[in-house]
Amino acid sequence: MKLIIAIIKPFKLDEVRVALSGIGVQGLTVTEVKGFGRQKGHTELYRGAEYAVDFLPKLRVEAAIPDHLVDQAIETIEQAARTGKIGDGKIFVASLEQVIRIRTGEAGEAAL
Amino acid sequence: MDKADVAWVMVSTLLVLMMVLPGLALFYGGLVRSKNVLSILMQVAGTFALAVTLWFIYGYSLAFTEGNAFFGGFSRLFFSGMWNSATSEHVLSGTIPEMAFGFFQATFAGITCALIVGAFAERARFSAVLVFTAIWMTFAYVPIAHMVWFLSETNPGLLAARGALDFAGGTVVHINAGVAGLVGAYVIGKRLGYGREAMQPHNLPMTMIGAALLWVGWYGFNAGSALSANGTAVLAFLNTLVATAGAILAWTLTEWATKGKPSMLGAASGAVAGLVGVTPAAGLVGPVGALVIGVVTGAICVWGVNGLKRMLRADDSLDVFSLHGVGGIVGALLTGVFNAQALGGPGLANASDILGQLWVQTEGVLITIVWSGVVAFIAYKIADAVCGLRVPEDQEREGLDITSHGESAYHS
Repeated sequence: MKLIIAIIKPFKLDEVRVALSGIGVQGLTVTEVKGFGRQKGHTELYRGAEYAVDFLPKLRVEAAIPDHLVDQAIETIEQAARTGKIGDGKIFVASLEQVIRIRTGEAGEAAL
Repeated sequence: MDKADVAWVMVSTLLVLMMVLPGLALFYGGLVRSKNVLSILMQVAGTFALAVTLWFIYGYSLAFTEGNAFFGGFSRLFFSGMWNSATSEHVLSGTIPEMAFGFFQATFAGITCALIVGAFAERARFSAVLVFTAIWMTFAYVPIAHMVWFLSETNPGLLAARGALDFAGGTVVHINAGVAGLVGAYVIGKRLGYGREAMQPHNLPMTMIGAALLWVGWYGFNAGSALSANGTAVLAFLNTLVATAGAILAWTLTEWATKGKPSMLGAASGAVAGLVGVTPAAGLVGPVGALVIGVVTGAICVWGVNGLKRMLRADDSLDVFSLHGVGGIVGALLTGVFNAQALGGPGLANASDILGQLWVQTEGVLITIVWSGVVAFIAYKIADAVCGLRVPEDQEREGLDITSHGESAYHS
């Protein structure tokens, strides 16, 4: 099992969710986050005060994926979240030791 | 007594009340950070309530009864002598009961005190703000109002006697408050992190709603200052409309040309700048003059919040001086120009009188700046000695909503 953590542009969330459902991913968690990468921030001007805004809003999408779907899921997110412009985000993949479904106590891939 | 006049002055009083609560409160509230929004709303409400109460007790009497050139007397303490409780008969002031004039003026004293708090937003101690307000209103607002507005055969106010023109309070309200605010920004000091940390306004739609309420309410302020539902009120009404529209455009175009983008906050600020500029002029210039005053004020106040603000090196947090001080000065001076009949105004018969009037206006501006500045400085020092002007550093970091008032505006 892998934990896929994707940082994506906020308006791409629906496309990513639909695409992942399409290949059989059963659930995911979304958090609103801010960060910076190669995409530059912008400046905001309030009367005489100018502020550089470096941190841009992104969504952090987390999904636990069974081994046989990992490559397909990565490719799916990549395609769905891509606009081709700087700032499309990143996908991190980490190994996942254990998953437990709280309601039933099922463990491992059966819990996904 | 003229019933139409009475109705108009009562409606105008409500409009000015709406300018403060919620107008000014929301205008200011949106500009601060979310941890301080309740504190600024509370300072606006608290100073307004205090000023109105003091106005009722002694402020009106000291401002609008016979006395010397600077202060009136004590004959109208608690609004006494305006009304016969046995017969229910009112003493008249012009065509309206003096009581109506008194409460209309109460809202002016209140809004002037409330305007000041924007200059030291996000760091002042609430108790100190109240102490300051009581002293400053008594020794700056009341005498300036008396000097500019108290007309009498025998003992007129100092500036009224010299012929200074201030229809609705450009000097009495706006320059007065703007200078007191600027002095406060110096005496209290900059906010922690000022110039290093981002201090973005937390809710600009709130500021837009506040600016819009201010604009609507300002018809009570300006057209209401005719104290009658007459032609002068109608002229002041039109002038308040065109000057403000012109000022929004002027601010927007100036900002667009010099900073690259036309901002919403710029439009809202331009509206307030234009309203301030046309306040002394409202019933004293023609509509074309009002449009020029609006455009000029709107453009100059852009400089007020940029170049001038950098020169002053004060953290006048919500630009009280840059809008009300600068706009008030521009309006006061231009009122002396466009009052002339040659320039479409209802006043000066000869164009050659303009220079003389301009000097009278300048005198009024200078006297107000010095008087308000000195009284404000002393009042801040007293407030500092009595309770400390500024909250401790950790409280400022955490936000005044929780540490000063025990509540928070937003829960997520």
